[in-house]
Amino acid sequence: MCLAVPGKIVEIYELGGLKMARVDFGGIFRETCLEYVPEAQVGEYCVIHVGFAISLLDEKDAMESLELLRQISDLEEELGTEVAS
Amino acid sequence: MKYVNEYRDAELVHGVIAEIRRTVTRPWTLMEICGGQTHAIVRHGIDQLLPPEIELVHGPGCPVCVTPLELIDKALAIAASPSVIFCSYGDMLRVPGSGRDLFSIKAQGGDVRVVYSPLDAVKLAQQNPDKQVVFFAIGFETTAPPNVMSILQAQRLGLTDYSVLISHVRVPPAIKAILSSPQNRVQGFLLAGHVSAVMGYWEYPPLVDEFKIPMVVTGFEPLDIVQGILKTVQLLEAGKVEVANAYSRAVSFEGNQPAQKTIKQVFQECDRKWRGIGMIPMSGWGLRPEFDAFNAEKRFNVEAIQSEESPLCIAGQILQGMKKPHHCPAFGKSCTPENPLGATMVSSEGACAAYYRYGRIELNQQVEQV
Repeated sequence: MCLAVPGKIVEIYELGGLKMARVDFGGIFRETCLEYVPEAQVGEYCVIHVGFAISLLDEKDAMESLELLRQISDLEEELGTEVAS
Repeated sequence: MKYVNEYRDAELVHGVIAEIRRTVTRPWTLMEICGGQTHAIVRHGIDQLLPPEIELVHGPGCPVCVTPLELIDKALAIAASPSVIFCSYGDMLRVPGSGRDLFSIKAQGGDVRVVYSPLDAVKLAQQNPDKQVVFFAIGFETTAPPNVMSILQAQRLGLTDYSVLISHVRVPPAIKAILSSPQNRVQGFLLAGHVSAVMGYWEYPPLVDEFKIPMVVTGFEPLDIVQGILKTVQLLEAGKVEVANAYSRAVSFEGNQPAQKTIKQVFQECDRKWRGIGMIPMSGWGLRPEFDAFNAEKRFNVEAIQSEESPLCIAGQILQGMKKPHHCPAFGKSCTPENPLGATMVSSEGACAAYYRYGRIELNQQVEQV
């Protein structure tokens, strides 16, 4: 129910007094309401739940935490402590 | 797909699990509160990859599962009315009420429609001025902003034949109820990532202080989940009680301010009954009195309906992390997704449905052999 997926804003427009967008989910396009992320710009990624963007994704933060996880993973290779399965 | 593929990298996931293995020194019981996470954990087999010291118990974060039986019976009563177009998220259609479900109402000629977004229900109200359009507004905090926007939009458009049947629940009171139980064995929480995207995590420090257990905001992809588990285990092993954020690309401490403001404008906190668990004080949201005109319970005069739960289903204990699906004698026998006894076997986020779907049926047989 709380499933939400990331999508890229490709077009922003107004419909029935609401700020809306066309959002690209890896080739599938859907209409999304942007009322809760009014600062969103075309080209940005947001998290979308039941047709509403609920959060803008922070690219810098995403890169940093992925880098941290890669370092943890590399450490595992160096130590070689993973049990073979 | 950006923000998806990189979080399903098996090598990275195994690397983080190896780090969990290096970090853990003794048994810990963690609860993922969100049913979407339960589903991802079982689907990707994360529970089976973790070191044996880490036990994951599954929480009540499945709105379809905790929507009380009497509310389903109210939905059935409203949906059966010939003047009504009843709109719902798809998951609710097969949830058994006292005897029937929404699908059977549809089969008997009721106009029951599945909508993707609550704004689709508003559109139906615009297109069908001769009908009453009722939207079954269920959900946790994640779904509240979309649901309340449908009410505000209907108000803006002057749609007097649109109303909502509300079953809204909140995570913090549920966590408090679980931790207050004498049978509680949860030592750390994975907080629901998308609830937190809306609400932030400012509500949790008082709970952490009161119950002295760590909580970590966690996302939904496999890498997000193992990262959340690693952070929780690191805090537990270091004896630290605090709230941490392992889903920072989507979640901030304050959360989504415009969404919280809009929720407050339409909803107020209220007592709410959780299916299988019972009443949790101030655990829900209901309409503020100024939005009474949109309250389907009042409009259709179904407020008095009361229902009794089947005694066979142990969903309540499963939703509180006391038992697991395979501990139920009915699991996979008299209770299957095709013929569910309780909502946890229906919803794609229900723990029973996840265990059934991803082959944990043999656990049931193992229990029997012991």
